[in-house]
Amino acid sequence: MNTNAPPQDPTCDVLVVGAGVVGCAVARRLALAGARVILAERAEDILEGASKGNSAILHTGFDAPPGSVEQACISEGYREFREIHERLNLPLLEAGALVLAWDNRQAERLEDIVKRAHANGVTDAGQIGADEAAALVPGLGPGLRSAVHVPGESLVDPWSTPLAYLLQARSHGAEFLNRCEVREGHFEGDRWRLSTSRGEFRARWLVNCAGLYGDLLHRRLIGEAPFRIRPRKGQFVVYDKSAGGMTGTILLPVPSETTKGIVVCPTVFGNLLVGPSSEEQDSRDNNEVDTAVLEMLKSVGEGVLPGLNSHGVTAVYAGIRPASESRDYQVHTDRERQYLCLGGIRSTGLSAALGIARLACRTIYGDGHGFPPPEDIRWPRVPQISEAGERDWMRPGNGGIVCHCELVTRREIENALSGPLPACSLAGLKRRTRATMGRCQGFYCSAELSEITAGFLEQPMDAAIRQPAP
Amino acid sequence: MNDRVIRCDVAVVGGGPTGLGAATHLKSLGVGYVAVLEREVAAGGIPRHCGHPPFGMREFRRILTGPDYAARLRAAAEAAGVDIRPHTTVTAIERGPELRVSTPDGLARIMPRRVLLATGVRETPRSARLVSGSRPMGVLTTGALQSMVYLKSRTPFARPVIVGTELVSFSALLTCRHAGIRPMAMVEERSRPTAWRAATLLPRLQGVRMLMDTELARIEGTDRISGVVLRHGSGREERLACDGVVFSGRFTSESALARMGHIEVDPASGGPVTDQFGRCSDPAYFAAGNMVHPADSAGRCWQEGVATAEQIAHSLDGGLPAPDTATTVRPADPLIRYAVPQRLVPDSRLKAEIPVRVRFAGEARGTLLLGDGESGVLSQHTRALPERQVILRVPQRMLCPDMDTLSLGFREG
Ligand SMILES: Cc1cc2nc3c(=O)[nH]c(=O)nc-3n(C[C@H](O)[C@H](O)[C@H](O)COP(=O)(O)OP(=O)(O)OC[C@H]3O[C@@H](n4cnc5c(N)ncnc54)[C@H](O)[C@@H]3O)c2cc1C
Ligand SMILES: Cc1cc2nc3c(=O)[nH]c(=O)nc-3n(C[C@H](O)[C@H](O)[C@H](O)COP(=O)(O)OP(=O)(O)OC[C@H]3O[C@@H](n4cnc5c(N)ncnc54)[C@H](O)[C@@H]3O)c2cc1C
Repeated sequence: MNTNAPPQDPTCDVLVVGAGVVGCAVARRLALAGARVILAERAEDILEGASKGNSAILHTGFDAPPGSVEQACISEGYREFREIHERLNLPLLEAGALVLAWDNRQAERLEDIVKRAHANGVTDAGQIGADEAAALVPGLGPGLRSAVHVPGESLVDPWSTPLAYLLQARSHGAEFLNRCEVREGHFEGDRWRLSTSRGEFRARWLVNCAGLYGDLLHRRLIGEAPFRIRPRKGQFVVYDKSAGGMTGTILLPVPSETTKGIVVCPTVFGNLLVGPSSEEQDSRDNNEVDTAVLEMLKSVGEGVLPGLNSHGVTAVYAGIRPASESRDYQVHTDRERQYLCLGGIRSTGLSAALGIARLACRTIYGDGHGFPPPEDIRWPRVPQISEAGERDWMRPGNGGIVCHCELVTRREIENALSGPLPACSLAGLKRRTRATMGRCQGFYCSAELSEITAGFLEQPMDAAIRQPAP
Repeated sequence: MNDRVIRCDVAVVGGGPTGLGAATHLKSLGVGYVAVLEREVAAGGIPRHCGHPPFGMREFRRILTGPDYAARLRAAAEAAGVDIRPHTTVTAIERGPELRVSTPDGLARIMPRRVLLATGVRETPRSARLVSGSRPMGVLTTGALQSMVYLKSRTPFARPVIVGTELVSFSALLTCRHAGIRPMAMVEERSRPTAWRAATLLPRLQGVRMLMDTELARIEGTDRISGVVLRHGSGREERLACDGVVFSGRFTSESALARMGHIEVDPASGGPVTDQFGRCSDPAYFAAGNMVHPADSAGRCWQEGVATAEQIAHSLDGGLPAPDTATTVRPADPLIRYAVPQRLVPDSRLKAEIPVRVRFAGEARGTLLLGDGESGVLSQHTRALPERQVILRVPQRMLCPDMDTLSLGFREG
């Protein structure tokens, strides 16, 4: 994988641009449908864009605008995820969510939230009193009026999930090309001719899953884009696993028109997130964190769950939503030029990806397109790194624990550095194994890790002997 | 579960100076089977990767480097008949007592009569300090830097900035010198260095700028660090090109096992609540060393390990007073970071005074006051400095079985 050589056969049925969660899911669906797929990604690894940092909630779509593309895709995606996750060895934590109303104005809106949920087919959502909410989450702060309980809101592993989609796509013949930026393209009557940083390609269909760069790619390939990406940053604070027991339920605020608001959220890894913030910015790749915002998140979190203040912060991070001026997804089809744009998937792409992929498949091949018979589908299994199932440290022959906080074994790390989609950056290794993502953030294991990863990473952990700074 | 079961008299969790000191002494007191469970490839604890002196004065009457000192501690424990088990991670502690462990060969359960927790401290990393900026590679703690340099001969950067001026910050400086790394500056939020002034000679000798009243405001760079923004006391900001940052010190107790388990933790110290015998809220568990009081030198931790071994041996013989008559010492001034032990048990057998370690959050001169508001007050004049420790000697006669708490205050002046 780590070459810049062009692929053996530069001709394919569908070229998918962008290996975020959407591109990975689309590649999977189309490969399952029998298409010869190439997934072209500009970065070294998958998930280097918007899909890098999110809240990892598998939404039911209870609060999505009824009748929107977003709502339809979430609901279809949610259903399919539940069907397939076990076969791919992906964890699913049925945590349930509470939408919390802390004053009368918020409480008045709960009825509409329930109505909308029901209209969206989430029929088990219902209003509950403050007592019932407190029974679910005993540590809630004082002053709660009432809440909506949405039992179906769930938690997933945000990195293994798209990785599993892509592995399955590959086992059905899809080709993944990293460091492959799609630069120019011309539609030549029946197919696209595309020039990329890894040479020329020909494809019948082109699917734009370029996330934060979707509008720019559209402009380059098709002309003026019907939408503009308005990057919106979301910062998070991650609390130590010792805080994980404080709530098993996702705690949501009553949403505003523009944002779902700041969530206090358990994770499949056993810790607790508070975030995201919602900050409009021009940059599509600046995911810096900011002390003042992080402190604000802490105080919001500690307002919802006062006991949080005695627990340590393990990590901080930020993700960027590929939002647009419109609330709904930006799905645009140009049949003549065999082009499909799946853009502006701003804050629900992890949940909706499988649904979006089905939509893409229907758009390209029509409703009646058959899938292979179930017995012909291959189900690669990803390593299980969540707290929900058995971990490698529980099994013999694991080579010993290297990352002590997240209990990551030498065997897990070595496997992540080899195999079909190996990690080629420290970030990629973290996503695949969680090494260094725990409370000590590398205090204990950096040295061991720098030795094990030597020769595997694009940017080695100890290769700093660049020229000294002036 | 069909995990292997190992029975022993005392299981020591953590093979640092505290754990090895305790285990060796337990054997010399005639305790039968003492096991040290250590998750690293070898026991020795933090000194394993402190490639510099001075270690060992108390224990071996000579000045050693950290690795030599760790090797001697191991050899002494082995000679005494301690069963040292490296590559053994304790993943959970339970009542019983019972320990769950993971080894390269799979899971096991340890069923000892007593447990000593001695898991030490780590430093506060960048994330928990909520520092602004991007998140490139090359941001380390001293511990990570030391183990890279001394254990693996690897060099993570060439011109870093060191944040902090605790003793360990100067160890970071020594480590850099050893590896040919030339720090750009040492920065400190406070107006004076936290460690003894003499230590500040070192940066001057190495030609490293010392910037007091200065905060690291931002980290810049994409894959690797390109520079940092410093904010001086005046509010002025300065960009400094560099390729690494070492966050040194701000020790926190490595007490995950206690927090995730059933042992009471003191939010102030971050370590388990103990009485003067080192006994935890579950009296089959003891805790000692830096995890109880972040942070002291190796020599002091070793000494405490030895002293705690005596108490564990008494406990095995049924010789410790019952824990339920304890009085809790409760810090009641923001200047007091913590006081350890938190619980004092009246004990007719022993010395007239119980030493309580008090650590401060800031700088002041004044008087420590211990009392319950009614009976006599113990006062001790002292000079408080951040990270420094003061020993308050509490007379046994202040304690009586029906006294619930003693409040520890501070009066400036
Ligand atoms: C703070 C935050 C919280 C969120 N929480 C949740 C949640 O809880 N649940 C949920 O379902 N969703 C959540 N989301 C939303 C979800 O993360 C996004 O909807 C999703 O990641 C969008 O994925 P994408 O594949 O469209 O875009 P991206 O992940 O950005 O993928 C696009 C890819 O295209 C590549 N690319 C761009 N241009 C080119 C080119 N010219 N050539 C080749 N490659 C190119 C990029 O490098 C990138 O890898 C959250 C998002 C954020 C930011
Ligand atoms: C970076 C750094 C530099 C320091 N430099 C010096 C110095 O130069 N001089 C000095 O005197 N002091 C120094 N110290 C202080 C140091 O804490 C003490 O010297 C001493 O090591 C404390 O001894 P300890 O046994 O309490 O803990 P540690 O030495 O930290 O030993 C704890 C041991 O427990 C093990 N452990 C933890 N959790 C588990 C588990 N779940 N299962 C199994 N094993 C576990 C760890 O692997 C470790 O080996 C330094 C501390 C740090 C963090």
